[in-house]
Amino acid sequence: MLINQFLLLGAVLFCIGVYGVLARRNAVLVLMSIEIILNAVNLNFIAFALRNNNIDGQVFALYIIAVAAAEVGVGLAIVLLIYRNRRSIALEDLSAMKG
Amino acid sequence: MMLATETAEALGGVSNAGWFLQNAWLIAVIPAVAFWIIILFGKKLPMKGAEVGITAMFASFVLACGTVVQWVQRVDDTRGAEHGAFRALFSVGRSAVGRAAENGGGHETRAYVEPVIHQWTWWQAGGHKFTIGTHLDGLSVTLLVLVSFIATLIQIYSTAYVRGDRRYTHFFASLTLFAAGMLAMVSAESTILLLLGWEIMGLCSFMLIGHWWEEYPNARAALKAFFTVRTGDVGLLIGISILYFASNSWIQEHIPGQNGFSIQGISEWAQSGDGTHTVLLVAAVALFIAAIGKSGQFPLHTWLPDAMAGPTPVSALLHSSTMVVAGVYLVARLYPVFYSGFSIASGGLNPMALIGGITILISGILALVQVDIKKVLAYSTVGQLGYMIMGLGVGAWTPAVFHIFTHAFFKACLFLGAGSVSHSASHHSFDMKKDMGGLWRKMPITFTTFIISTLALCGVFPLAGFFSKDEIIDNAGHNGFQAFQVIGLLGAALTALYMSRCVYLTFFGKPRGASAGVHHEVHDEDEVHAMAQAMGRHAQTAGGTDLEGAELEAEHAGGHDTHEGPHESEWQITVPLILLAIGAVAAGWINAAAWHVENFTEWTEPGLRAGISAFPELQHAGFSWAKASLSVFIVIAALVVGTWFSRAFYSEHRFEGFTKRHRFARGIYGFVWNKYYLDALYERVIVAGIAGPIARAAYWFNQTVIDAVVNNIGIGGKLTGRWVYRNVDQRVVDGAVNGTGYVSEESGGLLRGVQTGKVQQYGALLFGAAAIGALILVITVGS
Amino acid sequence: MYAALVAQNVFFGIIAAVMIGGALRVVTTKNVVHAALWLVVVLAGAAGQFILLSAEFVATTQVLVYVGAIVVLFLFGTMLTRSRHGTDEDLTLRQWPLAAFVSILLLGIMAYVLIDAFSDDKLPDESALLVDNTAAISDAIFKPYLIPFWALSFVLLAALVGAIVLARRD
Repeated sequence: MLINQFLLLGAVLFCIGVYGVLARRNAVLVLMSIEIILNAVNLNFIAFALRNNNIDGQVFALYIIAVAAAEVGVGLAIVLLIYRNRRSIALEDLSAMKG
Repeated sequence: MMLATETAEALGGVSNAGWFLQNAWLIAVIPAVAFWIIILFGKKLPMKGAEVGITAMFASFVLACGTVVQWVQRVDDTRGAEHGAFRALFSVGRSAVGRAAENGGGHETRAYVEPVIHQWTWWQAGGHKFTIGTHLDGLSVTLLVLVSFIATLIQIYSTAYVRGDRRYTHFFASLTLFAAGMLAMVSAESTILLLLGWEIMGLCSFMLIGHWWEEYPNARAALKAFFTVRTGDVGLLIGISILYFASNSWIQEHIPGQNGFSIQGISEWAQSGDGTHTVLLVAAVALFIAAIGKSGQFPLHTWLPDAMAGPTPVSALLHSSTMVVAGVYLVARLYPVFYSGFSIASGGLNPMALIGGITILISGILALVQVDIKKVLAYSTVGQLGYMIMGLGVGAWTPAVFHIFTHAFFKACLFLGAGSVSHSASHHSFDMKKDMGGLWRKMPITFTTFIISTLALCGVFPLAGFFSKDEIIDNAGHNGFQAFQVIGLLGAALTALYMSRCVYLTFFGKPRGASAGVHHEVHDEDEVHAMAQAMGRHAQTAGGTDLEGAELEAEHAGGHDTHEGPHESEWQITVPLILLAIGAVAAGWINAAAWHVENFTEWTEPGLRAGISAFPELQHAGFSWAKASLSVFIVIAALVVGTWFSRAFYSEHRFEGFTKRHRFARGIYGFVWNKYYLDALYERVIVAGIAGPIARAAYWFNQTVIDAVVNNIGIGGKLTGRWVYRNVDQRVVDGAVNGTGYVSEESGGLLRGVQTGKVQQYGALLFGAAAIGALILVITVGS
Repeated sequence: MYAALVAQNVFFGIIAAVMIGGALRVVTTKNVVHAALWLVVVLAGAAGQFILLSAEFVATTQVLVYVGAIVVLFLFGTMLTRSRHGTDEDLTLRQWPLAAFVSILLLGIMAYVLIDAFSDDKLPDESALLVDNTAAISDAIFKPYLIPFWALSFVLLAALVGAIVLARRD
């Protein structure tokens, strides 16, 4: 297997995730897109771990998973709070600036 | 003035000069101080300031005598003459130098006597130094003693003459100030100080001529004197400036410590031949113009006769013996400039001699037709000044200077005599025809002194005028100016004629008018003027009467006993007359060439010096009895003719109506009576022309052209301003400013789009920038 | 051996296609719940890729944590914050072309770089990582990366506490 397969796959997923972050209205969906991004990164790490025959990449990916979990938890709590305060989680409604 | 730096610089062996010579500055300073005292305190003093004036002048006179004595000693020491100062003054013996002169003409080589020069620098600016100080040599010393002596006598005379005057104290103050100015001028070592003294004299002349300025003719006369002399003063300023700039570098090179204002320096520069002839000529012409104005030469002589409107002591002091010789003094002092500039040595026609000669002739003729005794004497003064100028013009320096000396005595005596007559005989009138006559018995002292002075003036041997005037005429012939010799002789004849007429009308014949003790009703305006003048009261001018003639008479009658008739004057008047007459007799003997007494020449004429000389080498005519006899004969003949004609015309009325019968004679008479229409030319043509059309034209030019330019500049400025405001300021500048605001706003509006607060937009920008950054990195670093 | 390689590539291909398709659905679907389910697909696919890459423990952890916990979280979050169910809402911004442009740009650059850099690098056929993968990971965690591990535990603790604090109703 070429390493490029996995790397390119990772790149594609990353970009789809970026698109999702930038284009989605719902905050939860944005968070989901972020998860996609993180997964793409994980893929990269694992692929390189195998290529370089180094376990460190996998350890990193583990840590990323852990952090992602924490992040999602806090993120959703915030979204909940926003929803309670603003009655909406459409990101464009959340902007308080006038122009 | 402030003495900024008091560095007393001395030139020419001052250290061994006597005390009087070193402190000669006192001579001018004492009257200046006295002036201030009189102005400030005079009115409160017992004699109303006169005592201060007389004391100051006498002190100056004593100091001046001291300088004379020490100067003569100095000359003797330098030239090794045998006799001492006092004995030599009147010695008839032969001086060591005179022996050489016996051999008929040529010049003697006299050793140069260094003048005593004292200087203080009072201001320095940018390499130019302004000094004040004294320059004493024979010429200055002569004039110092002359001016102080005559000023003292005049002040004594004035205590009687202007007694009770409305401005008694100011009169003495002005006389003292004048003396200070003249004394400063004759002892000046720099042209600046000379100019200062000159101007002070001009100011005092103005003040004194217009002493009774409430009467309009006096004010006019004062203004005329001032302006006419002022016209000449332009020449003085120009001349001094030219000399300064021309000679400054040469003087600084050759004489350490001096600059272009130093008179000694200028003389040496002019003599050195390093100055270009054109510069010397121009400077000489400029200075000569000043001399013409001040000394009343043709064509600026018209002010002198009018100046007789002032009180008689003023006429005696300023306008006969002292102030008017300032012009002659100027020429004599800076003689090397004139000698080189006018090329006197070459013997051709030169302006000085020409002007002098013309003046002699025209003044003599004018004096013949005057009825005012002071005017006769005024024209006589003009003529004698003409002699001096002519003498300087023909290279007869010493005779001209000697003539200054002798002329002062007899002319002052003549004027004071006329004043005495008017004071005590003719009820303050100077009209010879109307109010004088037959006074010789009533006023013996006045008469005697007047006769002595007249004979001295005419140049009759052995009186003073003979030795001075004849020397001028003689030297004119010797130096190659034969034409001027003839003019000189003619002038002498004219002098004799008009003086004999004047004496006859004043003292002989039948008493007329006031001299006859006639107290006629004073209705005549001129007489009222005259009386009012003398009494110092306001009188009617052209128009209404403030004081009626009768009232004036009554007041005047209260003044002194009027029905006494003419009488001799008081001692304050007669003593000065006597002293001056003695001078008129004796002064000539200092330089009696007939007996080879040449003391005056020796003491005043600077000699030759090895190296840089300061005075040209002059020719001296030897004395011959033949030439002297000719001139004396002419004079005596003229006197006789004049006296006979006067008697015939005025007493016996033989030629009465001559001018009525002969039109030509009437024409000539009218021409002369109107002073050759020169006054008409000056006043009606030149002055009126300038005041009238030319002034109007200048005014028109100013209003229409110059003001138009200025106004148009203003209008142009306004229009330009408006255009600039509209286009540059509003459109360009404001446009730029507004534009920046607009641009800022628009770009802000555009950039505002970035700061929406929308997170996803920020994210888009972030990722986009990162992508572009990566792209750039990839491209630049290379794959 | 060869067959195994071919099989790996085939499986890779299938899982990759599924993942990409699922990710695309996540970002385009109009239904939030559907998005979450498609996310499950993506995450599961990632786990499959991990196995292909000889990272079994990570794959397992992925399924456990991601698919098991995080997606549930998402679903709860969806449930708690949604005003209405169904597909009424428009979930994509109006400016999605810009986002598409950015992501495609990014993709292009990354693709170029990757292909340029790792053009034909092969992954090793046999890997030492396969042998005792879990043990190796634990060795790595508890020796060189112990401190990050502890830090991570603190992060989790903080996240836990924070989430509770944030989300509780007062």
